[in-house]
Amino acid sequence: MNNTVILPMIIPVIAGLIMVIFRNNIRFQRLLSIFAILAVGAVSLLLMNQIRNEGIQTLQAGGWAAPFGITIVADMFSAILLLTTSIVSLFCLIFAFSSIGREREEHYFYPMFLFLISGVCGSFLTGDLFNLFVCFEVMLISSYVLISLGGTKLQLRESTKYILINVISSSLFLLAIAYLYAITGTLNLAHLSLRVAEAGQDGLMTTVAFLFLIVFSMKAALFLFFWLPGSYSAPPTAVAAIFAALLTKVGIYAIFRLFTLVFYHEQETTHFVIGILGAITMVLGAMGAVAYQDIKKILTYNVIVGVGFIISGLASFTSMGMMGSIYYLIHDILIKALIFLLGGMIIHLAGTSKLKDISGLIRNHPYLGWMFFVAALSLAGIPPLSGFLGKVFITRGTFEEGYYWLGAIGLITSLMVLYSIMKIFMNSFWGETYLSREMEKGTTNVSTMLPIGCLTVMTIALGLGSEGIHEYVQIATESMMNPILYIEAVMGGEPIR
Amino acid sequence: MKPNDVILHSVTKVAVFIILTFSIYLFFGGHHNPGGGFIGGLSVASGLVLLYLTFDIETVRRNIPVDFKKVAAFGVLIAIFTGASSLFFDKPFLNQAFGYFNLPIFGKTELATAVLFDVGVALAVIGTAVTIILSISEDG
Repeated sequence: MNNTVILPMIIPVIAGLIMVIFRNNIRFQRLLSIFAILAVGAVSLLLMNQIRNEGIQTLQAGGWAAPFGITIVADMFSAILLLTTSIVSLFCLIFAFSSIGREREEHYFYPMFLFLISGVCGSFLTGDLFNLFVCFEVMLISSYVLISLGGTKLQLRESTKYILINVISSSLFLLAIAYLYAITGTLNLAHLSLRVAEAGQDGLMTTVAFLFLIVFSMKAALFLFFWLPGSYSAPPTAVAAIFAALLTKVGIYAIFRLFTLVFYHEQETTHFVIGILGAITMVLGAMGAVAYQDIKKILTYNVIVGVGFIISGLASFTSMGMMGSIYYLIHDILIKALIFLLGGMIIHLAGTSKLKDISGLIRNHPYLGWMFFVAALSLAGIPPLSGFLGKVFITRGTFEEGYYWLGAIGLITSLMVLYSIMKIFMNSFWGETYLSREMEKGTTNVSTMLPIGCLTVMTIALGLGSEGIHEYVQIATESMMNPILYIEAVMGGEPIR
Repeated sequence: MKPNDVILHSVTKVAVFIILTFSIYLFFGGHHNPGGGFIGGLSVASGLVLLYLTFDIETVRRNIPVDFKKVAAFGVLIAIFTGASSLFFDKPFLNQAFGYFNLPIFGKTELATAVLFDVGVALAVIGTAVTIILSISEDG
């Protein structure tokens, strides 16, 4: 029993609720939200060290033993993601301070933001499939509010689609849970893993696994990404950045959890299909990114490419590939937030997202330009920036497993990613400067440049200092490759079968 | 022409009392029998909605000057803090405790922390349900 595990879920909720009560005190809300997210970050650091020293941490809520009660589990994979989540959400929050607008702030922007974070943290921590569903819903419902908050025409049109898609996939999720419960009689992930291993993963079980794959693919934008480019270009920059950084990653996390802990017996079928989906996602995403001439569209398609790439590490199902996926997941969360903030800043300055109407911004905004350059290189995985190591490990993992095509597609698409993002850089920063400072539609200020600067520093630091987190990533990989560690931590050596 | 709703008004005045009393019964019944915070809260909300329907929203708002969004938030806070209080006793989150006490009027009574949690649930449900009804009624 370790009560620390629950804190990342309840701190944001408590802070958000207090803000609902003090609705009109915006300054207080800003302070409290920063404080809450810092607290989540501190707790996840604490958890990472506890897990390193004592193994996977669990909490049986109310003292009801697994598999009967509600189990909250923090293994290293979740703890790393928690820390990354708190870092990006802190920066997106600071970016929101000056860019989100008074109107949205008064209509519960900060509480919803924190509920979103709570849902994300909850999804990372829960040890129970039904609670995963609940946490997904907490996250999604907050995201519905955030995507439509402000009520511009574009937002309302896109949020209708977004909600519809997610309601459908959530009902499929519930259906899949019901099937799985009917077959195995349990929803506790550790218990499920035991029972599936005992009964064998037969055709029926694999079919249910595919149903889960469809559900999470819809959420993670793995192959079923048709909803993503529209939805992610509608909300304001700070919201789009946090969506791009976190929401698809929660889907990816769920796929990783299920297909390393529960459905890992039929890898020739399930993981092979995951690999194919990843490859198609990368190719289609890269084609979209190369084809469009609109900053928002290019960036959203880059999110899709990233999803496909992370998933190929899972498809290989080797320690090397997994480790790469974890590295790349951390990198991708940071870099997607950064690149969306940068893109949003360019659009804010130029007043348009069409590349052909933007030119020569670097004369007035040299720092912004060079930070964009660094982010672009990092996104494509150029050493020594943060994307490099993940890319190397994932590619090695796929080669080890004999999926040469998957590794090759990963490398080719990263070139296309580099091209697409350089296209933004060259078009908007190079060339003749049309706009003088006075003619620009917006300005930069501390609250917007600070998060961008910090995230840029982080992507460099993560690249140069990847040795420092290697120990943690190693532990995370180990516990994912050996489901028995997770099971023992949850069930505590109980004889229940 | 003003509609004649004397019957509705007089019935509501009595019925709301019955509904509210019954919801308190439901609320406490939930500890060992069917009922509890959710259903109790929902029936309180239905009583309030009946009031809103019979008398207009402005009148009720003058008499019950409560922001129901805050009620909902307050309710969830109570529920979470009840759960979180077990952190201070080094027990797992959401742990519950109960005991039997001899109270002056009630005699031997069971007091349980789960009721506090239920109060939170009830307030959250009341707040949410009434907020939903009120916001639907706002714009035509």
